[in-house]
Amino acid sequence: MAAPRDLEPATVPQAGVATVGGPAVAVEPQAAAGAPVPAHRSEFVYFALRNWKFVLGLGVVLVFLAAALFGPMIASHAPLEFSGPTDQPPSSDYWFGTTSFGQDVFAQFVHGLRAAFLVGAVGGGIAWVLGAVVGFTAGYRGGAIDDVLNMLTNVVLVIPTLAILIIVSAYMNVHSYAVEAVLIGLTSWPWAARAVRAQTFTLKTRDFVDVARLSGRSTRQVISSEIAPNMSSYLLMMFILLFGGAILIGASLDFLGLGPSESVSLGLMMNNAFLSSALVLGSWWWFLPPGIGIIGIVGGLYVMNVGLDEVFNPRLRET
Amino acid sequence: MLRYLARKVVVYLLTFFVAVTIDWAIPRFMPGDPVEGLLSRMQAQPAAEKALSGYYTNAFGFDVPIWKQYLNFWAALLHGDLGRSVQNFPTSVSELILGALPYTLALLVPAILLSFWAGNKVGAMAARRKALDNTVLPVGYVLTATPQMWLGVVLAWVFALTLGWFPVSGAYGFDLQPGWTLEFAWSFLQHWVLPFAALFLVAFGGWAIGMRNMIIYELEADYSNYLASLGAPTKLVRKYAYRNALLPQITGLALALGAVVAGAIVVEIVFSYPGLGTLTLGAIQNRDYFLIQGIFLFIITGVLIANFLIDIAYVFIDPRTRIGMQGGR
Amino acid sequence: MSLRVDDLKVYYRTLRGDVQALDGVTFEIADGEIMGLAGESGCGKSTLGKSLIRLDGRMRHVGGSVTLDGKQLPLGDDRAMNAFRFKSVSIVPQYAMSALNPTRKVGRIAEELLESRGIHFDGVRPELVRRLELVGLSKDVLGMFPIELSGGMKQRTVMVLSTLLNPSLLIADEVTSALDVSSQRAVAEMLVEFRERSYVKSMVFITHDLAILYQAADTILVMYAGRLAEKASSDAVISRPKHPYTQLLVSSLPEVGVRYADRRLEGIPGKPPSLLEPPQGCRFRDRCPLAFAKCAEQPPFVEVEPGHRVACWAVT
Repeated sequence: MAAPRDLEPATVPQAGVATVGGPAVAVEPQAAAGAPVPAHRSEFVYFALRNWKFVLGLGVVLVFLAAALFGPMIASHAPLEFSGPTDQPPSSDYWFGTTSFGQDVFAQFVHGLRAAFLVGAVGGGIAWVLGAVVGFTAGYRGGAIDDVLNMLTNVVLVIPTLAILIIVSAYMNVHSYAVEAVLIGLTSWPWAARAVRAQTFTLKTRDFVDVARLSGRSTRQVISSEIAPNMSSYLLMMFILLFGGAILIGASLDFLGLGPSESVSLGLMMNNAFLSSALVLGSWWWFLPPGIGIIGIVGGLYVMNVGLDEVFNPRLRET
Repeated sequence: MLRYLARKVVVYLLTFFVAVTIDWAIPRFMPGDPVEGLLSRMQAQPAAEKALSGYYTNAFGFDVPIWKQYLNFWAALLHGDLGRSVQNFPTSVSELILGALPYTLALLVPAILLSFWAGNKVGAMAARRKALDNTVLPVGYVLTATPQMWLGVVLAWVFALTLGWFPVSGAYGFDLQPGWTLEFAWSFLQHWVLPFAALFLVAFGGWAIGMRNMIIYELEADYSNYLASLGAPTKLVRKYAYRNALLPQITGLALALGAVVAGAIVVEIVFSYPGLGTLTLGAIQNRDYFLIQGIFLFIITGVLIANFLIDIAYVFIDPRTRIGMQGGR
Repeated sequence: MSLRVDDLKVYYRTLRGDVQALDGVTFEIADGEIMGLAGESGCGKSTLGKSLIRLDGRMRHVGGSVTLDGKQLPLGDDRAMNAFRFKSVSIVPQYAMSALNPTRKVGRIAEELLESRGIHFDGVRPELVRRLELVGLSKDVLGMFPIELSGGMKQRTVMVLSTLLNPSLLIADEVTSALDVSSQRAVAEMLVEFRERSYVKSMVFITHDLAILYQAADTILVMYAGRLAEKASSDAVISRPKHPYTQLLVSSLPEVGVRYADRRLEGIPGKPPSLLEPPQGCRFRDRCPLAFAKCAEQPPFVEVEPGHRVACWAVT
């Protein structure tokens, strides 16, 4: 999804370091067509499982999720423990080798995956809720409320996310990934708000909403029975994009040393590797895995999203 | 049209105002005392400590009432005075920033322009050739999901350390001085390639995928169908589609600027490239608050101005905005 | 010259199989004839209209032929069809109001389109302006962007542009469907005028609105579920319909002056069959009040009176 451009199709995110530029998933063009509703749950599942992009993306994400959940249980050492010889390439004792401090890279990697998912879920989730609420309210109510919210959105939108996060994190020692995720969520919602607002506009003027209103249904009923189902697919895809974006931003923050320093994350691994000249020493086992982890999760999410777009929008399906 | 631009200016000014206020407010409302923090890191002699404490308190403005601090901050800002760097005392922040700026721009500007141009071209080509599409899509998604600093490290590892084609850090050879010499230019170029590539590739992936989707969308539009129904050659249909697809891409460019700048910061760090990125890292590590604040404001101002310029350009490019603004029919 | 359609079959490819949207359609249009093409949504009239000029992504030419002015149209071959498009066959699409590139001036669109088809624009420009003025548009339109025109103006522009090269056959696809009644009349009159002035030779006027066809068309072809039901002069179809479907259609039209209290509007109960797996025999069978045993076999589309064809066992 790209930076929402009221009713204009999306572009791809610029490795969403700061603003989630917006993934390539053509979510917004559908703003004009309206996010369609699958007829039945089963139809959705039927098409979803047949879409190789969705399956592939989901598969990759699930693999990393499994690694995040179970990896730390099977890792033989604690991630920060100076347990072994320094700078060792992968071996049977240390599957991903060791760092310059003798730490187990595999242990760090799987713990880092956990942090990544946490940041993605919380950061993406907060941005999602904020974006959806602001965008929907602005789109549905219109008028003065729309103007005010729009101004707010634009202001937060233009400020480079990373810049804000640098300033805040510099003064505030971030102690946990949850806090980092909250900060990320609080700064990356504007793009989602714009997208939801555009989508709400399109739906609001659709005939079936007018019919519902005319037949006397309350606003709440109109929202929940007419608008929400049509937006649900759109919202789902947006969440996925925000999830991925949050991970990327978090990685940059950690790389700059602004994340929590007492635990492990993929970005921090890269930071440490870099600072310890892992590059010069040739310790590829140290700096490659974190990046691959991020590419896997975020890339998997993006591809999954493309698949979802095709599932939800029959027009895009190939026969 | 003027009203539209005026509205935009208001938003940008408001944003600038908010940004400056945030910048000013954060150190003052964060837990802990910045002056204390600075001093404890310096581990100065007790006697010197007192003097420094006085200096910093004054520099931060803690010795005057809060509203006055705010106004003083604005006054200094409008004079271009961003304070003095702590770690490079007594060099002024502005001086440090301006010294690092050309290097960052040397990376950013070509990276933005070239990735935009190349990405859009390749994306458009992928939209019409299935075989190309099947390569471009996965590559594009992988690239856009790649953290720039990691890509920088990998590129450095492969091309600089292993293959030895390019140097691994710095903007120019250590034995050289910046100047308008051929030798310097060549060295600069060699040092520039890898960090540029890291930025370029990630952005390229994004634009390619975006353009591909946009083109597909435009090719399915009613006007495309109409032209095709009247037998227009695909070249004409594609030409229209390309032009129309570029418009949202340009808007996307404005919005992606913040992300690109962030990318430049981390890539510079990887290559120890003497731009704003390395400056930022040093500032963070040394808790050089004034420098951090200065860089923050500088980046924000730069992004705002760039956004504004793109907004103006967009009005001229898209007839719908132009006419819509004039009230149309 | 004329149009001859012979057992034309066009199916839509879908994930669940082929939708037999147009299943063996045969008819003729004489030179200068405006034939109305009517039927419910999904009966295949739009498919028929589109397949005469351009098959879109999912459509497949499965069988049958179309001959225009003695030449067979290569329906399945997109490239080969280009030679006929715009010059021999043209279309005023359903989406005429959004058929113009929003970021280009109307004049430029016309110019680039014509030049790309090998027509020197400066040569036809005077005629273009003349025709625009005929439909009530000033030549300033050429210097405007589509966004500056109202919906009606855009539609008229498209009508002029589509017929600029005097095609033998014009397909008018639901051009009146989105308009109010007075605009409908104006557009219908415009189309007839085009035929009078020989801007177009024959026309296929696709709509679901029988009333308009009565006014504007010479003959009416009624379709149902991908097959033909009846074809006759408009007068015959409206006042003396023979096919039960047509009869029900006509009688479900509201009559001016008749009030609800006096006579209720009646629709046709039931709905058309799915075209994924269409039923054997006459497709109207399930809803037809006259259906009997023979209807299990597909009735042929035959002439029961001069110029009047029906596909119904109850009639033949």
